[in-house]
Amino acid sequence: MKNVFERANRYLNLPLELGPRGLLVLAALLLLPTYFLPLWKLTMFAPQYPDGLRLGIYSFKLEGGNAGQDTKEINLLNHYIGMKDLAAGDFTEFKWMPFVIGALALLLLRTAVLGKLGTLVDLFVLFFYFAAFSLWSFGYKLYRYGHDLAPTAAVKVPPFMPPLYGHRKLANFDVYSYPAAGSYALAAVAVLLAVALWLAWRESRSEIASETRMAG
Amino acid sequence: MNPRKWLAAGLTILFFGAVLILGRCAPSAPKGKKAIAGSSDLAIAAQKTYVAPGDLDEYYMFASGGHSGQIYVYGIPSMRHLSTIPVYTPYPATGYGFDDETKKMLGNLTWGDVHHPALSETNGDYDGRWLFVNEMNGRVARIDLRDFKTRQIFGPMPNISGNHASSFVTPNTEYAVMASRFSIPIPKGTTAPIEKYATDYKGVIAAVKIDAKTGEMSQGFEILMPPFDYDLGDAGKKVSDGWVFFTCYNSERATGKLEVTASQRDRDYIAAVDWRAAEKAIAEGKGDLIGGVKVLDPRKVPGVVYLMPCGKSPHGVDVAPDGKWIIGSGKLQGVTTAFNFEKVQTAIRNKDFTGDEDGIPVLKYESIKDAEVPVGLGPLHTQFGPDGFAYTSLFVDSAIAKWKLGTWEVVDKVPMSYSIGHLAAAEGDTVSPDGKYLVGLNKLSHGRHLSVGPSQPESSQLVDISEEKMKILADAFTEPEPHYAQIIKADKLKPIEVYPKAENKNPLAIWDLKDAGVTREGSNVTAKVVLVRSTISPTAIEVNRGDLVKIAMTNIEQTTDELHGFGLLDYNINIVVDPGETKTVTFRADKPGVFPYYCTNFCSALHQEMQGYLIVK
Repeated sequence: MKNVFERANRYLNLPLELGPRGLLVLAALLLLPTYFLPLWKLTMFAPQYPDGLRLGIYSFKLEGGNAGQDTKEINLLNHYIGMKDLAAGDFTEFKWMPFVIGALALLLLRTAVLGKLGTLVDLFVLFFYFAAFSLWSFGYKLYRYGHDLAPTAAVKVPPFMPPLYGHRKLANFDVYSYPAAGSYALAAVAVLLAVALWLAWRESRSEIASETRMAG
Repeated sequence: MNPRKWLAAGLTILFFGAVLILGRCAPSAPKGKKAIAGSSDLAIAAQKTYVAPGDLDEYYMFASGGHSGQIYVYGIPSMRHLSTIPVYTPYPATGYGFDDETKKMLGNLTWGDVHHPALSETNGDYDGRWLFVNEMNGRVARIDLRDFKTRQIFGPMPNISGNHASSFVTPNTEYAVMASRFSIPIPKGTTAPIEKYATDYKGVIAAVKIDAKTGEMSQGFEILMPPFDYDLGDAGKKVSDGWVFFTCYNSERATGKLEVTASQRDRDYIAAVDWRAAEKAIAEGKGDLIGGVKVLDPRKVPGVVYLMPCGKSPHGVDVAPDGKWIIGSGKLQGVTTAFNFEKVQTAIRNKDFTGDEDGIPVLKYESIKDAEVPVGLGPLHTQFGPDGFAYTSLFVDSAIAKWKLGTWEVVDKVPMSYSIGHLAAAEGDTVSPDGKYLVGLNKLSHGRHLSVGPSQPESSQLVDISEEKMKILADAFTEPEPHYAQIIKADKLKPIEVYPKAENKNPLAIWDLKDAGVTREGSNVTAKVVLVRSTISPTAIEVNRGDLVKIAMTNIEQTTDELHGFGLLDYNINIVVDPGETKTVTFRADKPGVFPYYCTNFCSALHQEMQGYLIVK
């Protein structure tokens, strides 16, 4: 058992080659678009809204289509079913997400400079934890909006889950929910991290193999 | 039988035989009447006018509403009535004339006989900014085409009486014009016996100044004229820019039964006004102040106005797109006259006059005309196409004649149903007519539509003028009564659909339900009201009997089509507020009781619930 950890430590302490380091810098750059591109897009169509109502979710704000008017319209419509207004203040994510993304970018750059395979593994895990938590948080938010309906609402609807991904018919609305450019950038970061990890793993394996051969 | 009896029997047979052979009954329809000339192949006409559901028309047509006091907006080629713009008359459908602002704008006159719409122009072409329209009480209104709302009613202009020859703007919208159809002693408010009509009654031509940036109208100047009946006008363009032309009838200066007394002379006049010279004279301080406005007397200030003899009792006068020809016709004749502007200028330079009327030189007819075009009976108005063709409406013939400028050749005629007055071609009175469509605005419509009783609508007929032969494409039935219309390419207009919140400067506007409520200062009560789907906030307003109540309502929506109404029963209050708009209504709460108010303009699934109570204690 001890042997396994010793072996693992040998791998994890190996410094990174140039390839993975480059990928990490690229990954850090790819985090930047999340500061100006939306992560998620909700689009709603109904017969009386042929042009659709649009809502962009950023890491730091909500942005309604039609110069913000769509958010007001969505809130106006939702008040009939007793849903809470979509208000930036209710999204704690907008406070911590930009900070966390910034921190991740700094860690990526740090790894690119000082990096060892071990810190790359840490980053990989941390990034996926961040992505999974964010998704859960977004989904939970949607769940709460769809379930915390005022009991005095003019129109009583059974609690519902707005779509996190894909299309859903809600009353007279066709609602489409899809990740947007910001999320695709994050996905690209994940891919780059995976590739960097794979490259680093392969290199370290061949290095250790040659070391063992020489020692033998 | 004796021979005499034989003879009698023979003659009787002959007589009845002759009756049988020669006798005919009166026909039930004109003989030899074939298919109506000018009607199109049905499939082609249908295709050319069919605007599929959801598709948009190519042109707007703004038609005057005559004594309805309104402007009607149509889509061309569908001929669908798109909306009504109230101008001089309250219009409950949009709450016009009920709120404080529009009530004040209408003043004491809640009726106006709307005549000639004039789209604002830049370099003689429609620029899509404003629509001006006159009415007979001496007023001109400005409709802002950004929101299709009447924004100013200017007048009544002093001294003007029966403002028919209006509103015809100049090529860069420097002025709209006015003229008296019913001469009176001036200043208005003074009297003179009718026997002294020829000397003591005065015609007046007026120019209304238009601010180039805002469109705001103000007093320009006036010109004292002989007591003729000034009927229609048109501003010169291109080579004739700087001039404006007015027809007049009753140069006899007659009174009484005008249909006889004013039809005695063979010629009446077109007055040619050099408005730049008039403007200059006014700037030099030459006018006399009459009734509060500077008036130029042509006796004292020569060179401002000349009279061009025209066929008896002319109606329309229309300037060709290049400004070279001025088309005017005696409305009882069979020809229309093309006057040459250059020849008019030469005649003025050479003092080629045949006399004068109250100091205004009369030009020699033969010296200024280029041609008399045999268009047909009763020529009234002329519009133009892009290819040098002119289209003249013929009231008596009930037809439109197509003829060529320069060659003076009449090439086609199309019958109108019935008795056409004005006509409007696509941008057909600008420096660059579009051709393609022409609408005949007919006075009579009988038998062309399902009967609706004695109050018959007017008829508008869409004519295809894109080919050599004119073709009637469609009939539409318009509310009384279009006197003129203008057709503008749709893409020249970019109307807004909500009033942006940022533009609302009304001090009583509120945007948050929390701010809605009632404040009191003595017996003055102000209620700030928010209208938004689906509540009128506050839902109850309490006042005391005798209070002066001002209700300021803001529709805080910023969504297209989300209009809200405020109807207050028993108080004759009916307001409609567009998205982003604030309107106020002020009234004395003189009836005690509880009065419901509610949203009149269907807005949402819970529109019915949008209601409240005014409690007058």
